[in-house]
Amino acid sequence: MDTYGKGIFKGLMVTAKHFFDSYLDDIKWWGKRYYTPEGLAHRSSKDAKGIFTVQYPEEKVPVPEEFRYIPFLVYDESETGEKTIRCTSCGICAKACPPQCIWIVRGSDPNTGRPVPQPAEFTIDADICMNCGFCAEYCPFDAIKMDHDYEIASYGRNLLNKEALMKPAKYYAEIRPLNNAREEAARAEKAATKAAKA
Amino acid sequence: MTTPAPITTQFDLAEKFPGTVSADARPGYAGWIVAPEKLTEVAIFIRDELGYDLLSSVTGVDYLAEGLMEIVYHVYKTSGGPALVFKAQLPRLDPVKVASLTPVWLGAELQEREIWDLYGIHFENHPDLRRILMWEGFDGHPMRKDWKEAFYDDEVKPFKSRWPEGKHAFAEDRSPFGDNVSFEAGFDPEKWTATDPEEALYATLKKYKTVVKDGIATDHILVNMGPQHPSTHGVFRAVVMLDGENVVSLKPVMGYLHRNHEKIGERNTFLQNMPYTDRLDYFNSMSNNWPYAMAVEKMMGIQVTERAEYIRVIMAELSRIQNHMILIGMLMNDLGAYFTPALYAFEERELILDIFEAASGSRMMCNYHRFGGVVRDVPAEALQKLKDLVFERLPGKIDEFDRLLSENEIFVSRLKGIGYLSPEDAIRTSMTGPMLRASGIPYDIRRADPYSVYDRFDFNVAVRYNGDLYDRYLIRIDEMRESIKILEQALRQMPEGPVMSVKPTYQVKVPAGEAYGRIESPKGELGFYVVSNGKPNPYRYHVRAPSFINLTSLEMTCVNEKIADFVAILGAVDIVLGELDR
Amino acid sequence: MTPNELNSPGYDIPDDMKNVVAITTLDKIYNFGRRSSVWPLMFGLACCAIEMIAAQASRYDLARFGMEVMRPSPRQSDLMLVAGTVTKKMLPAIVRLYNQMPEPKYVIAMGACASGGGPFKEGYNVVAGIDKYLPVDVYIPGCPPTPQALVYGLIKLQEKIDGQSLKQVRWYQKGADSVEVPIPMLGPDLIDPRRIPEIKTKAAELAAAATIPNAE
Ligand code: SF4
Ligand code: SF4
Ligand code: SF4
Repeated sequence: MDTYGKGIFKGLMVTAKHFFDSYLDDIKWWGKRYYTPEGLAHRSSKDAKGIFTVQYPEEKVPVPEEFRYIPFLVYDESETGEKTIRCTSCGICAKACPPQCIWIVRGSDPNTGRPVPQPAEFTIDADICMNCGFCAEYCPFDAIKMDHDYEIASYGRNLLNKEALMKPAKYYAEIRPLNNAREEAARAEKAATKAAKA
Repeated sequence: MTTPAPITTQFDLAEKFPGTVSADARPGYAGWIVAPEKLTEVAIFIRDELGYDLLSSVTGVDYLAEGLMEIVYHVYKTSGGPALVFKAQLPRLDPVKVASLTPVWLGAELQEREIWDLYGIHFENHPDLRRILMWEGFDGHPMRKDWKEAFYDDEVKPFKSRWPEGKHAFAEDRSPFGDNVSFEAGFDPEKWTATDPEEALYATLKKYKTVVKDGIATDHILVNMGPQHPSTHGVFRAVVMLDGENVVSLKPVMGYLHRNHEKIGERNTFLQNMPYTDRLDYFNSMSNNWPYAMAVEKMMGIQVTERAEYIRVIMAELSRIQNHMILIGMLMNDLGAYFTPALYAFEERELILDIFEAASGSRMMCNYHRFGGVVRDVPAEALQKLKDLVFERLPGKIDEFDRLLSENEIFVSRLKGIGYLSPEDAIRTSMTGPMLRASGIPYDIRRADPYSVYDRFDFNVAVRYNGDLYDRYLIRIDEMRESIKILEQALRQMPEGPVMSVKPTYQVKVPAGEAYGRIESPKGELGFYVVSNGKPNPYRYHVRAPSFINLTSLEMTCVNEKIADFVAILGAVDIVLGELDR
Repeated sequence: MTPNELNSPGYDIPDDMKNVVAITTLDKIYNFGRRSSVWPLMFGLACCAIEMIAAQASRYDLARFGMEVMRPSPRQSDLMLVAGTVTKKMLPAIVRLYNQMPEPKYVIAMGACASGGGPFKEGYNVVAGIDKYLPVDVYIPGCPPTPQALVYGLIKLQEKIDGQSLKQVRWYQKGADSVEVPIPMLGPDLIDPRRIPEIKTKAAELAAAATIPNAE
C-alpha cells in the first residue's frame, strides 16, 4: 500500500472542486444565476454545477405539462358567465379510481326524476387520492383533469366537493396547452363527423 | 421482441415420481403438483439432481371454493434459464399443515413465516415460525379469502357504493367500531391483558449466559435498533444480542410498514394495481411497474410495441443509476461521512426525476406502464435532456463518485472484509441482485433469463468475488457503468412508433391462469405472481420482494461483526421498507 | 430573513438606522426565533419520507428555513413530520415519540396517508390518519407531496407560529405543560385506551345481536 491518505486526498479534491465551482459559476453567471428563468434552467440542466438549490418560494421549479397533483373538474364558461360543467356523471372515473376515492351522485331532473347527465354531487377525498391520474386518463368527456397546483397545504382535512373541484376550462388550457389543443382538435373532428352524418 | 420463455420443465417429474407428482392441468397453469407428504423428497431431487439451486419465490394461494390452500414454489438455476414451478395443495382444514422447505433452501425461511402469518399455513420443522408482518396476538390470518378487514366495502372494486348513488361517507362511519378496527363480538378490552408480544422474539435470540471472563462476570446485552432509528432507513427494526460490541445473534423484525398491499391488490382490478406497485420500492417506481405489466401481459397474450420496450429499458436503467447513487450516498451517511456524498447523489437524482416527471407526471410515483406499452411517449424535450444526461453528464458523475470514495482509506478499512457472505450461502439464502453478484455468482436476470429487449445490448454482468461490503459497494459502481452502456445503446437503437399495442382501456380482460413476471430490479429479483380466474380482478397478487428476501442472510453476515458494522451491512443490502413490508 | 420583517409597523425609524435597529414586540421576537429554528424529528415512515429527504437535500435545502437540523431523538426536536403511512404496528412507537417531544411541539401530516389514510386506507393494518391520535397542525395533501409542496406546508406552519402569542400558548399556562397521548395497545386489533368503554359496549351489543336467533 502506498502513501496512506492518498485516497482521502483524491476524494477531497472532488469536494474542493465542488466548492470552487460554486463560486466560479456564481461569478460566471453574475447576477443572473438566481431568480431568473435562464438561471433556473441552467441549474437543472446537464451543465449544472455549483449551487444547485432552488430558492423556493421566491423561485419555483417549473412543473412539466404532464405533472399531476389533485384532480379537478373542468367547466366551460359562456359569454354570459354561465358555467356548464363538462362532467356527465357517467361514472367511469369512479370505477377506474384505484383507491375508490371518488363519490358521484348522478343528477336527476327535479320534475321527472329521470337521470340527467349532470352530477348532483361529486366528492373526492384528497386524503385518499393517490394522484395516479387514471380519472383524467379514462374520462371520455375531458371533464376531469389533473391539477398543477401543489401549494394547497392547509390547517384541516381535504374533502373536496363539487364546488371546490370546479375550475374553468381557461385554466386547464393554461396549464396543459398541448393536451388541451389535442383534445380540442379531437372534439372538433368528432363534431364535424357528427354534423356530416346528420 | 423476445417473449420471456414460457414456464416449462425439461424434465418430466411426473414420470420420475409416479403418483406423487403430476402436471398441473388446469387451463392457464403450468408446473407440477407435488403430494404434500413427499414435498421434501421431491424438493431435494429438484435441487440436487436437476440443479435448481435458487429458490426464488414461495407463496400461498387460498382457493376457497375448491377448499384448497396451495403453496407455489418458483425455483431457478443460477446458471440461467426458466423457472421450475411446483406446488403443494393442502386441504383447507384447520390446521393447514405442510413440511417446511427451509432445510432444503434456507431462503424459504422468511417467506414461509409470511405465509404462516397471512394464510395460517403451519410449516412443520420450521426453525422459527412466528408472525412476521402482523404482531403476535393479532386476530386472524388476513390474506384468507374469507377474512374481512374492518373497512370492508365490497368483495372487489369498483365498489357499488361510489356510483351512481355515491353519497360520500367516511369508512369510519360505516364500520361498527367507528374506526379501522374490528373485534370479536363480546370482546372485553378491560379483561384483556396485554401479553408481551416480544417474548417469543426474544426467546429466539441466543439465551445469554453469565460467563466469567478475566475474573469478571459478563452478560450479553440485548439491543433494539428501530423501528425509529436513523440507520434503519425507515421503520425497520433489528433486535441484536451483543457480547461487548460483537453481535452474537440478530433477528430482523418487520411489518411496521405493512400496508396490506396484497389484500388490497386482490380487491383492485388489474389496472388499478399499477399505481400501487409504484409504492413498493418507492425509489424505483419505473421498474416496479414492469414485472407486473409483464405478468399480466403474459396472461393476456399481448405484445409490447418496440418503442415501448425501449422506453421501458431506458427508464428502468435510469432508475437503477439513481437508486445506486442514493444507496451509496446513504451508505456513507451510515458510516459517518455525513451528507456530502448523499447530497451529490441527490443532485443527479433530481435531474433524473425531472425526466420521470416530464414523461409520467410524477417524480416518484410514475405509474407509467400500461398493459401493452407505456402510457405516453417521452416528450421531445425530456428525451433531449435524457440524452444530454446519459451522453454528457452521468458517466462523468459516476467517475466522480468513484474518485470521491473508492480509495478513501477510512472508508475502505470500514468496508473491506466486513459482512462476508460466501457464494454457497448467498445461493442458499436466495439472495438476488447485487448481493448475490458481489459474492461471485454472475446471476443477472437480464442475461440469465432475458426479458424485453435486453438480449440486444452489449453489456457485462457485473460481478465481484470477495463477498464483503467493499465489493457490494464496488458492484454498484460497476452496475451504474453497465447501465450507462445499455442506455447509450438503447437511445441509439430506439425506433419510432406507437407506444401502445392495444387500445387503452381501464377494464382489461385477462383469461384465467397464472403468470410470474420478474425483472432484475436494482435491488434484486422483483417478481409478481398473479393468478386470474377470468374476472376483472386478480385472484391472487403476490409480490416477490427482493428487499424482503435479501434479509434472510442478515444474521449470517452480522454475527461476529461489530454492532457499528451492522449499520453498514444493513445499508449495503439496500432495503426499502415499502417493498420489504408491502 | 431580513431583520426588517421583525419590525412592528407604526414606528418611524430614521433612515440611517434602518437595518440596524428594530422596534418590535416580545411576541414577535419569540416567534421569529422559534419559526426560524424548527428542528424536525428525523423520522420517516414511507414513500413520503423520501420526498422529505429530497426537500432536505441539495435542491430544496431546508437549511434556508433553519430546518436543516434533523434530530433522530425526539427530545431535541420541535416538529414531527409524519411522512408516510401510519400502520397499527408502528402507531404505539409514534405516539411514544410524540409524548417524548418537549413543548412546544408541532405535527405536520405529510401526504394523503398521514392526513387521512391515503390509498392504503382500507388496509387492515393501516391507521386512517394520524389526527385520530395526535393533534395535527398542518395537513399537506398529495401522494407524495412534492418537495416544494412540503416546503409550502412548512411555511404554513411558520405562519401559524407567527400567529401565536406568549400569553396564550399552551405550554406557559398553569397545569400540565405537555400533552400526553395514551399509548395504543396491540391486542387482537389496535386498542385505543381512550375508547375502551365504547369498544366494550359495541362488542357486547354485537354479542347480544348474535345470540338472538334470526337476527339477520
Ligand atoms: S368526470 Fe368524466 S368520467 Fe367522471 S363521471 Fe364525469 S364524465 Fe364520467
Ligand atoms: S387521481 Fe387517481 S386516486 Fe385520485 S381521484 Fe383520480 S383516479 Fe382516484
Ligand atoms: S401519501 Fe402516498 S406517497 Fe405518501 S406515504 Fe402514502 S402512499 Fe406513500
